[in-house]
Amino acid sequence: MRLPIPALAMAAALICLPAHAQTSWDMFDGGKLLATGGVSQVEGAGGGGLANWALITGYGTRDGIGGNVHYTAVPLPDYSLQSAGVAVGLLDRLELSYAWQEFDTKDVGTALGLGRGFTFHQNIFGAKLKLIGDAVYDQDSWLPQISVGLQHKENDRAAVIAAVGGKNSVGTDYYIAASKLFLAQSLLVNLTLRETKANQFGILGFGGDKHNDYSTQFEGSAAYLVSRRFAVGAELRTKPSNLGVAHEGAAWDLFAAYFFNKNLSLTAAYADMGNLVIKNDQQGAYLSLQAGL
Amino acid sequence: MKLLALSAPLLVLFALAAHAEDALFADMGGQAGIDRIVDASVDNYLADDRIKTIFDESNIDRLRAEFKVQFCQIAGGPCQYKGHDMTMAHKGLHLTNADFNAVVEDLQDAMDKAGLPFATQNRFLARLAPMQHQVVSR
Repeated sequence: MRLPIPALAMAAALICLPAHAQTSWDMFDGGKLLATGGVSQVEGAGGGGLANWALITGYGTRDGIGGNVHYTAVPLPDYSLQSAGVAVGLLDRLELSYAWQEFDTKDVGTALGLGRGFTFHQNIFGAKLKLIGDAVYDQDSWLPQISVGLQHKENDRAAVIAAVGGKNSVGTDYYIAASKLFLAQSLLVNLTLRETKANQFGILGFGGDKHNDYSTQFEGSAAYLVSRRFAVGAELRTKPSNLGVAHEGAAWDLFAAYFFNKNLSLTAAYADMGNLVIKNDQQGAYLSLQAGL
Repeated sequence: MKLLALSAPLLVLFALAAHAEDALFADMGGQAGIDRIVDASVDNYLADDRIKTIFDESNIDRLRAEFKVQFCQIAGGPCQYKGHDMTMAHKGLHLTNADFNAVVEDLQDAMDKAGLPFATQNRFLARLAPMQHQVVSR
């Protein structure tokens, strides 16, 4: 396993940041309500598991800073995916995130002639800006909280990506996300439209022999709040099918997230990642731990 | 006739909405339940290091009485809150979102203590949440 150097650098920056700020650690006000920063989605942004949300990560209010680190493991029948990352939320307005992803082909690597346990890595740099609305307070309005953002992804396997018909090993997704808490119903709903060229989230690069333009993809999730600490829900995320070598379908999951406190949360899901390259029905557990302020 | 056909389901909806409003007051245990929740939440505020100084200048007995009437009205009960509006009541306090949320957390603790189900708590909190616009001034 390679060390996620940029993640460590960002973590160091995050720790040093208050030293330069006048108010020091007070900037980490932890003032948001439990769970209202979301958890860390698979690309490192504040959200659910697969889906991105409009909420800004962490527990900093509009007067403060929040931040967190995460580790996610998705052990699938024929592959395994893991992700580690760090994210900061500034003034409940701007979110900056970094995630390192590793996709292990295990035995399939042998079948594909790549070698057993051949791995793909991605560095994912994200930014999200809240534009309008407040998902929690605006209970007197239908207006959701709306954010726009991007995720810039760099994959380290350009040669393999080219061999399977992928056009690029680097790509940038752009999205607009809307989140609304229907508090009287204890229901959080999120809808995101994403402009993307990514094949399998970028693990197989960007653009392909079959289709090489951006396409608009949908991701949505609904979470029912069982208690202040516990939420259950479902997510769906569509993906483009750019490669001739294999049709790519949507991914979905059923999740449960438990918030021990504002410093620690655990998300467990049953995820269906669809067919990945030559293996169909990649369904398995999704486990994610987030620690932060 | 057409209008009648259209308005019938609407009337049912209005009736249901009105019922839901009455139901919340009852679901919170009526005035007795609300009184318990207010007393427990005010106790929590005064013991909460994050926000207790906000109440330094307050007449706590009057505050409890006003909260009881206001919560009753908000829950759809037979009360008429005649105190200051929320902007006036919090003028000069320079409250932050963190302060507002601390009050929410203390109120949630009080509602937990009163045995109010989480879903019922959220129906009530949904009516309080927009007050953030008037209460938070910093």
